[in-house]
Amino acid sequence: MYRAQISVAKFALSIGLAGLLVTTVASKLCAQQAAEPPPWKQGQPAAIADSKLAPIAPPPLPTAADKLPLDKLKVKDGFKIEVYAAGVPNARTLRLGDKGTVFVSSRLQDKIHAIVTKDGKREVKVIASGLYRPNGIALHKGTLYIAELYQISKIEKIEDNLDNPPKPTVILGDLPKDEPHGWKYLSVGPDEKLYFQIGAPCNICMPSERHGKIYRVGLDGKGLEVYAYGIRQIVGMDWHPKLKQLYFSENSRDWLSEDVPEDKLNRVTQPGKDNFGYPYCHQGNFADPEFGWGHSCSEFSKPLALLGPHSAALGMKFYTGDGLGNQYRNVIFLARHGSWNRTVKVGGDVVVIRLNGDGTFRSMEPFITGFIQDNNYVGRPVDVLPMKDGSLLVSDDFNGAVYRVSPAGGHVAEK
Amino acid sequence: MNASAPGGTGLPRTPPCVRLNRAKARGRGLALTLMLLCALTPRAWAASIEERMAPCLACHGDRGQSTNPEVPSLGAQTSPYILIQLFLFRERMRRLDIMNDAVKGFTDDDLRAFADSIAKLPAPAPTGDPTDPARMERGRALVHQYRCNVCHNGDLAGQNNVPRIAGQREDFLLKTMREYKGSIRAGYDASMAEVLQPVADADIVDLAYFVARQH
Repeated sequence: MYRAQISVAKFALSIGLAGLLVTTVASKLCAQQAAEPPPWKQGQPAAIADSKLAPIAPPPLPTAADKLPLDKLKVKDGFKIEVYAAGVPNARTLRLGDKGTVFVSSRLQDKIHAIVTKDGKREVKVIASGLYRPNGIALHKGTLYIAELYQISKIEKIEDNLDNPPKPTVILGDLPKDEPHGWKYLSVGPDEKLYFQIGAPCNICMPSERHGKIYRVGLDGKGLEVYAYGIRQIVGMDWHPKLKQLYFSENSRDWLSEDVPEDKLNRVTQPGKDNFGYPYCHQGNFADPEFGWGHSCSEFSKPLALLGPHSAALGMKFYTGDGLGNQYRNVIFLARHGSWNRTVKVGGDVVVIRLNGDGTFRSMEPFITGFIQDNNYVGRPVDVLPMKDGSLLVSDDFNGAVYRVSPAGGHVAEK
Repeated sequence: MNASAPGGTGLPRTPPCVRLNRAKARGRGLALTLMLLCALTPRAWAASIEERMAPCLACHGDRGQSTNPEVPSLGAQTSPYILIQLFLFRERMRRLDIMNDAVKGFTDDDLRAFADSIAKLPAPAPTGDPTDPARMERGRALVHQYRCNVCHNGDLAGQNNVPRIAGQREDFLLKTMREYKGSIRAGYDASMAEVLQPVADADIVDLAYFVARQH
């Protein structure tokens, strides 16, 4: 307010006391005083005075199949998108069982669902409930592993017991119970160990010894060790099919600015040593205004690629099949959930990331778009899942649905 | 009487007259059908949404304003926020016996109908307790420091899934913020736990004081 008055005064001086103009300025000032903002608005940064930026919680009830925004979703030429299953509340991580069952996790609700196809009909059934933020799931040799906020459990022979599954057995407990970034992503590595993260319990802060890291642990819950350091939050990991290295998407901090920092695609090349920079350095080249003092981004492992500011890069999988055509073999499909902390929303799509032979980044292009309409979400993609028939499934936690993408021309090639 | 929805437990489901009550506003032509349907419906079904809301308002206040300690005022609360809370109570993901029992067996349509109706109650009036200008000034500064005004809106009246907090009972605001900070109350998402994580209790006290006194 004070600064505004000074600048108005300077302005008045600069126009050289031209009587008419001074009068105009003065009358404008009077008008401003008359319409003085209410007390709560004083001192509010002008830039966010009318801002309505807020995290966007999805509706708790799934969208009916005939109300899904299929007509809004645009998939790359030569492909078609259809509904695979509706009525999967808060559909998050997607995993495939050996017998063809699709497992779907939830972040905000307490259940894990299975989508079973029988005689051409799909059925969605609850296979576990009473869980707490069960975002992370993984399948390995018939066993379903579940990462809740503060523990990891398993259900053996899950596909043989879909109608009457036993309760999960805890294999690793006593993880931190912090809500912020407490939900996990879970993956089984080529070494047959479970990989998961404990995110930073905040937007930006100095995490404790236990937070901000990727861990690995044996399938029996024994031998917990740190795999990588300096991460904020991860909701997508997968393994390079040839290099067998861990690739992961990482969500960067909010409230710094509209365009900086961007979310990242990272790769672990030095297990147990890589540090990806949080909270000191963001997007590989931007020192944090608070925690970055005394540090240089050169101290930390660089991202392979930047994935857009606030874009919420989440689930990602290498596509090793050939059902979508040769040009998609060994690409990464990655779901960008879309921003909330940005005036003009970005993300809200599924992108294709192509890598060079040495595993470095080559290019990124959109594959499915249209989740953002008029700067509002009509759906939000979370995870992708290559199917045995070569098609690609995509989960949408906003509508509680799973979509299927396949070549427009007809059936995808059987493997 | 084929209203079906997940979670049904055999308890009363939304009768046609309730759903049609909402449609009534859209066309008088339905009025006769409505009367007939309600007349033909078993007595348990006959209650209007207003009648079914009576037990809610007995505690939460019949004009949107609660006079009971730590019971929130619901007036002018946003419908998407109420829907989420009612859903959490039904699924027992938010535990409070009286509320879990109140919505037990509600269908999805029930939850939507209650959320829409509650949102139409008048906004609560701010507390009439004496106001200390110094504390108000501190609270105002904290609202901006922690960016409450960005999500909850400049006038703290909320938007979409972010609730109205202006004029809420001070004791309820205090209790809620402390519960979020202590991870005692799990929000539908982790937003409030994240926001309140760095906020000192003394600041929470001043925030509640200020917010309760906003129109």
